Amino acid sequence: MTEIVSEASGHSKTKRRRRKTGGISHIVVFLAPAVLIYSIFSIYPLIESLRLSLFDGQSDGSSVWIGLGNYDRLLFDANWAVRFWNALWNNLILFFIHMIVQNPLGLLLAALLSLAPRFGGTYRTLIFVPTLLSVVIVGFVWELILSPLWGVAEGLMSGVGLGWLYAPWLGLESSALTAVSLISVWQYVGIPMMLIYAALLSVPDELLDAARVDGLSGWAIFWKVKLPLILPTLGIVAILTYIGNFTSAFDLIYSIQGVLGPPDYSTDIMGTLMFRTFFGQQTQIGDIYMGATVASMMFFIILIGVTIYLVGVQRRLTRYEM
Amino acid sequence: MKQMMMKTTATAALCLAAGGALAQEVTLTIESWRSEDQAIWDDTLIPAFEESHPDINLDFQPTAPTEYNAALNARLEGGTAGDLITCRSFDGSLPLYDRGQLADISDLEGLSNFPDFAKAAWSTDDGQNTFCVPMASVIHGFIYNADAFEELGLEEPGTVEEFFEVLEAIQEDGTYIPLAMGSADQWEAATMAYTNIGPTYWKGEEGRQALIDGDAAFTDEEFVAPYEQMARWTDYMGSAYQAQSYSDSQNLFTLGRAAIYPAGSWEITGFTDQAFFEMGAFPPPVAAEGDTCYISDHTDIGIGMNANTDHPEAARAFLEWVASAEFAELYTNALPGFFSLSNAEFEVDNPLAQEFISFREECESTVRVASQILSRGEPNTWNTMWVNSANVLNDSMTPEEATADLQQGLSSWYEPQQD
Amino acid sequence: MSTVDTTRARRGRMGRIGTAAGVHAVLLGYTLIAIFPVLIVVMNSFKNRRGIFTEPLALPGPETFSAEGYATVLTEGNFLLYYGNSLIVTVVSLFLILLLGAMAAHALSEYRFKLNALLSIYMILGIMVPIRLGTVAILQLMVDLNLVNTLISLILVYTAQGLPIAVFILTEFMRTLSRDIKDCARVDGLSEYRIFFEVVVPLIRPVLATVAVFSMIPIWNDLWFPLILASSDATKTVTLGVQQFIGQYTVNWSAVLASLSIAILPVLVLYAIFSRQLISGITAGAVKG
Repeated sequence: MTEIVSEASGHSKTKRRRRKTGGISHIVVFLAPAVLIYSIFSIYPLIESLRLSLFDGQSDGSSVWIGLGNYDRLLFDANWAVRFWNALWNNLILFFIHMIVQNPLGLLLAALLSLAPRFGGTYRTLIFVPTLLSVVIVGFVWELILSPLWGVAEGLMSGVGLGWLYAPWLGLESSALTAVSLISVWQYVGIPMMLIYAALLSVPDELLDAARVDGLSGWAIFWKVKLPLILPTLGIVAILTYIGNFTSAFDLIYSIQGVLGPPDYSTDIMGTLMFRTFFGQQTQIGDIYMGATVASMMFFIILIGVTIYLVGVQRRLTRYEM
Repeated sequence: MKQMMMKTTATAALCLAAGGALAQEVTLTIESWRSEDQAIWDDTLIPAFEESHPDINLDFQPTAPTEYNAALNARLEGGTAGDLITCRSFDGSLPLYDRGQLADISDLEGLSNFPDFAKAAWSTDDGQNTFCVPMASVIHGFIYNADAFEELGLEEPGTVEEFFEVLEAIQEDGTYIPLAMGSADQWEAATMAYTNIGPTYWKGEEGRQALIDGDAAFTDEEFVAPYEQMARWTDYMGSAYQAQSYSDSQNLFTLGRAAIYPAGSWEITGFTDQAFFEMGAFPPPVAAEGDTCYISDHTDIGIGMNANTDHPEAARAFLEWVASAEFAELYTNALPGFFSLSNAEFEVDNPLAQEFISFREECESTVRVASQILSRGEPNTWNTMWVNSANVLNDSMTPEEATADLQQGLSSWYEPQQD
Repeated sequence: MSTVDTTRARRGRMGRIGTAAGVHAVLLGYTLIAIFPVLIVVMNSFKNRRGIFTEPLALPGPETFSAEGYATVLTEGNFLLYYGNSLIVTVVSLFLILLLGAMAAHALSEYRFKLNALLSIYMILGIMVPIRLGTVAILQLMVDLNLVNTLISLILVYTAQGLPIAVFILTEFMRTLSRDIKDCARVDGLSEYRIFFEVVVPLIRPVLATVAVFSMIPIWNDLWFPLILASSDATKTVTLGVQQFIGQYTVNWSAVLASLSIAILPVLVLYAIFSRQLISGITAGAVKG
């Protein structure tokens, strides 16, 4: 990393010398379109949301500044707090399940694929297919498969003598969140698999040969040589998983379970809470101010996670890499 | 380049000419959550309206029910909502009026065709201002597989005990699942179970009004008892009902695998198409022979005008038509199960719909208990009722806990309940 | 790579055969889990309603075969138009994300200027925040720009949404490009623009494919913005069309499954086209350590 920076600075010195008349017009031309579209259609609306969280609506549609009042309500009003902490907790469980199932599974599949078995390309392509599907489809399909009425899951399990294990997982408070998480794992495992696979392929052959000469077994090579080398990738996978829990997980839960996170809020996450608050439902009219407050809390929570990663984890990983 | 210019000018001229000729023609967009009704609007209602109003075109643009409120809200905020807006009842629409998003249509002549209770669902609390034309109410009850009943020698139950005897008999026979009901979609538990059988216990309007006035509490016996009955239902619901969704329940019944379906009358259209057996219907059973029966006859759907529409005149013309007897008859017969609230007299063709409408003669009508005033605060009573009703079915809350929670939530913000 | 592997394999002992069998068992097993639900949908879409419910796991037989679902979809839904819309939105957004993203990444990785570090962080911020949080403001903006119910509104939002991750990946990759080749071009007197288009772009082509696949998925599958910004019949996308179709035919499962199958197909075709590029792109992107 430092090497690149020093190279860049050294290089720019020569460039400056060489291109005195060049000016910066081309830099502006290169940057302006992206920065403009991004600022107008992404950043400005988000800032607008953050701003709204400091206001409260009146019944006539106008709004008044109330400072941090909405945050106070969300965190300390009994009715709001119970929903907020429950949603946050569920989000963390969701993250935890992804970390112990999705990412190790992605690692396993990637490791196996990196052995270059026959039909490796076909496996890789097919395992990635669920990632491409719309949550509308994924939600519908899994609801069908797990549905007691259709009986696909029950039938399959009876086929291998496990019929007694079947339960209406999506409908039980004890298992709904796990079931939804596993569906999400099914859908997205392709992404860590691909990223880790690519990282494994890039491990230099010389290192592996050296390890072999030292008499390490294949197993040991994987644990002692390959794994440490791909740790930065695993770090990126972890942080992407964390962010995804707050952003894309909503879509899936919304399409399988709806906006109330049933049963009894056991699958309610920050995303569904935000959506419900922001846009309302049935007899509940949306409250854009509280909605924006939940949205802003999500933003801060993501920011905290990313900061912890950048400050704590990534530094250590980079050192390891050196 | 020159050629292109000329073409554009020509097109512009054409447009101008056309504009002159059709200056009066406007298109009104209708917002609705009834995506199932697309064909009925396109094939029946819209042609009928356009025949009498050749200068107004209608465009029915439904959004899926689960997204309707969110999408409509966003469009209203952004100023892109349709000219005509399908209104949910009571507090589902009142805030839209308060915010100035729905227009005041109190002076619409056609409103005189409706009884006061119907208008109340879309009026301010003092009844001074009305903002939507009542379209229809839905009636709750139970639809049953008449062939199955005949096969097993069963009769429509009149009392709760008879109801459970019927369920027990079906259970024993084993051919059918007694009750097609699941708890995965929580609203199903709230509307098809709790507010379906509840009015019998809390005496319909009497109990509802008592809650609003603060004279009764959810913890009172009459609000706990329906949950106790629901807890008994679970023995007769399909195995794994906890994950049974609304459409699962529909399929279970129409495929002939379940015998009784706790229903809303809106199912009639679909069931008539899908089921290959005879169906019948009965109102919620009463406690003892001879008791008055109560039905949930919920003012469910109305239609109002976007306050910011560019074509208020045309929109009003349409609303007048919706208030007419012609619309009442067309709509009710196109959508048997959505019963017009109009005073107009007309025939209902569908036999199952006739049965439902006959409940109105035998029983007292009421609306869903939490729909008016009681769901105005946070936590939203109607939402809590969804969740808790499902919880009772799932056995994760006792009837006492469910009602205590409802009461605690309501009294936390609703003054009449606070003393 | 593969030659190295074969030599490695030759070096292996007899146990290797057992290992290989194990590898295939795991991969094949998981592949089945991955595609099983898709197969279920496609298979059942060719059955009538009774067939779907009574024997969901059976192939369509003479008793249960029915294409009525597809007939309903093709006559009732306007899917050809929806496809067109989805395709236009996806392709144009992708083009803009790749072009503008690459330009910005080039500026951030190639030149040293005052705001560089700040701009880099600014551009990456968007990865962390779901753009949906800003829906109301976006809608108001589109109303002011008179873009509601146009495909352009979707394209702008998706471009804004896709840019951060594109800039992030592309910047990381471009930093690893050799400088000599660009400097040579400069000595030859090529303008900065020509250097970008003629030297840099060809070098990053595989990474562009990767970015394309990752950006394509959320755009093609998005339900939210089509619903809010462009829900008119003329601008509906496939995902929204399917979703509303499901709402309209709740109990007509043949039709629902047929519409789902129809929605799955083009994504798979597009993916097949990109997939070769994808892995070489990821690999190329990763070879920097």
